[in-house]
Amino acid sequence: MFLFALLSGLTLGGVYALVAMGLTIQYSVSRTMNLGYGEFLIAAAFSVFVMFGAFGISPYILAILVVPVAFGVSWLIYRVMLMPIVRRARSPLALEIDSLLLTFGLLFAIMGVLLLIFGSNYTNYYYLSVPVRILDATVALNRLVSFGAAVIVGAIGYWLLMRTRTGMVLRAVSVDPVGARLVGIDVNWAAGLAYGLGGAIAALGGVLISTYMTFTAEMGVVFTMKALIVVIMAGVGHVLGALIAGMALGLIEAFVSAYLDPGLTIAVIYAVFLLALIIRPQGIFGRVAR
Amino acid sequence: MISRSPLPYIGILAIAGMVALLPFIVSSFQLAFAIGLLNFAVLATAWGLFSGPTRYISLASVVFFGIGSYTVAVVGEVMPWPAVLALAALIGGGVALVVGLATLRLAGIYFVIFTFGLSEMVRQLVTWYEVNVTLSVGRYVFLDISQTQIFWQLLALLTVVMIGAVALQRSRLGFALRVIGGDETMARHFGLNPTFAKLALFVGSSMIMALAGAIMAPRWTYIDPAIAFNITLSFQVVIMGLLGGMHRIYGPLLGAILMTFLFEALSDRFPQAFSLLLGVVFILIVYLLPNGIVGRVEELIARTRRKPDNTSAGLIGERS
Repeated sequence: MFLFALLSGLTLGGVYALVAMGLTIQYSVSRTMNLGYGEFLIAAAFSVFVMFGAFGISPYILAILVVPVAFGVSWLIYRVMLMPIVRRARSPLALEIDSLLLTFGLLFAIMGVLLLIFGSNYTNYYYLSVPVRILDATVALNRLVSFGAAVIVGAIGYWLLMRTRTGMVLRAVSVDPVGARLVGIDVNWAAGLAYGLGGAIAALGGVLISTYMTFTAEMGVVFTMKALIVVIMAGVGHVLGALIAGMALGLIEAFVSAYLDPGLTIAVIYAVFLLALIIRPQGIFGRVAR
Repeated sequence: MISRSPLPYIGILAIAGMVALLPFIVSSFQLAFAIGLLNFAVLATAWGLFSGPTRYISLASVVFFGIGSYTVAVVGEVMPWPAVLALAALIGGGVALVVGLATLRLAGIYFVIFTFGLSEMVRQLVTWYEVNVTLSVGRYVFLDISQTQIFWQLLALLTVVMIGAVALQRSRLGFALRVIGGDETMARHFGLNPTFAKLALFVGSSMIMALAGAIMAPRWTYIDPAIAFNITLSFQVVIMGLLGGMHRIYGPLLGAILMTFLFEALSDRFPQAFSLLLGVVFILIVYLLPNGIVGRVEELIARTRRKPDNTSAGLIGERS
């Protein structure tokens, strides 16, 4: 039981960590809150479901197609939908509220499209659902492969952010947009890139999760919420913190559903979130209060 | 700033008095529609009461509404009706107090995120309780309360809320809230306690929503957590408040009236595409009416008044 919970927590946490990393990049660089984030994840899950059913191609290979498309769509959403709001905003607070409201609408619009096409039924498909024995627990192979992919992509993403020039540009904007502009960084370009990256990572998370999880068109909200909780708990813009907190969230969820009740995962996560907000509102790893 | 004219109170009472006669002249179908409208009017006004002055966007209206409905489902048959309503308001206020104490002293964004997931959490808790303790997920509400009675109760609630809102705006607390909404740091320097004011308002607004949920519960006959805590309701309330304009008391009311008609038309004609259309309408409102219809109208009035100056001011007058 313990080992089983640990393994399913680790595999789930890996994907959560990845997805939260995408959101923290998006949020900290563009300074706009995206409540439609989880919809990208679910939309990707559905598109892989459809293409896997139609062509029988491995979901992991389909990701090579889905992820760049998500990048493009997400980038376009920033350029077309959010730019007018960014230009209009008089203060960072006004931008936060406006973007929040706008993406709240986006959430329902994307969810509406998914509902229109797929209905509100629970959907899943079987791929690599071969049991693998690790010590005395069994895990499905798709979980392990998804976990591996999440770790690899997460590591590459972290390396790119920390070691490349473009990564440095993104970090600079997240620390201080005004200062970044002074040293010649195109802040809107960086924000668009961050949006694209976030959308791409969310879509990848969706592909990975779809291989072993049942999903519905209305589930995007839950993923947005979990990703937001991780981002806030870790401290906005703290990528490593988001990775660690995401992992922790997956573990908490797995242990709660193993030892307590699968129906109480969100309640417990919320309790942890509340505790973190009360004790360290700036985030566990965050240094400056926002 | 502070006016003592009794005119708004008389106006509210007069309109309410006229609306109260509606059940005698309309069909039962129209009455059902009017009940839906009144319900949204109460919810949107209550939402605007808190979110308007504080600018804290609450995405959790349905939590308090659902709490009210559930209170009725649980104790509706064993307690007299006024006691049920009082209990619903108390529980709603209690939950709001806990949530508010934990989040309202933080920056607005934390509050928004917290309320965003709150309905999901409450739904899970209630479902868990029902499955494990009462061993059935759904509940039936069989109460001898007619449509007309629901209509009058909602109307009375709305009237009280509107009068209360006007009185609040004229009170010291209302003035303090406007200062806090304008600049919280400055408000602190004046010796105001922003957290207390926000908390009081949040609890009050949540109690109203819980009451609305309780009054509406007999209409459903069957409720389960997925129906009572459906996030779409929170979303609709936010749309209404924004459409009307949340910086005025009557803004959300106006938004609720317009939107209820739109929802009715949309859900009739495009039941499948309801969320998609809602989302699109919402996005359009954020773009085109950032301060709501009321804000837009005020802007236009201000512009026409300023026009004579502009002609002489030349280039300087080009702004805004």
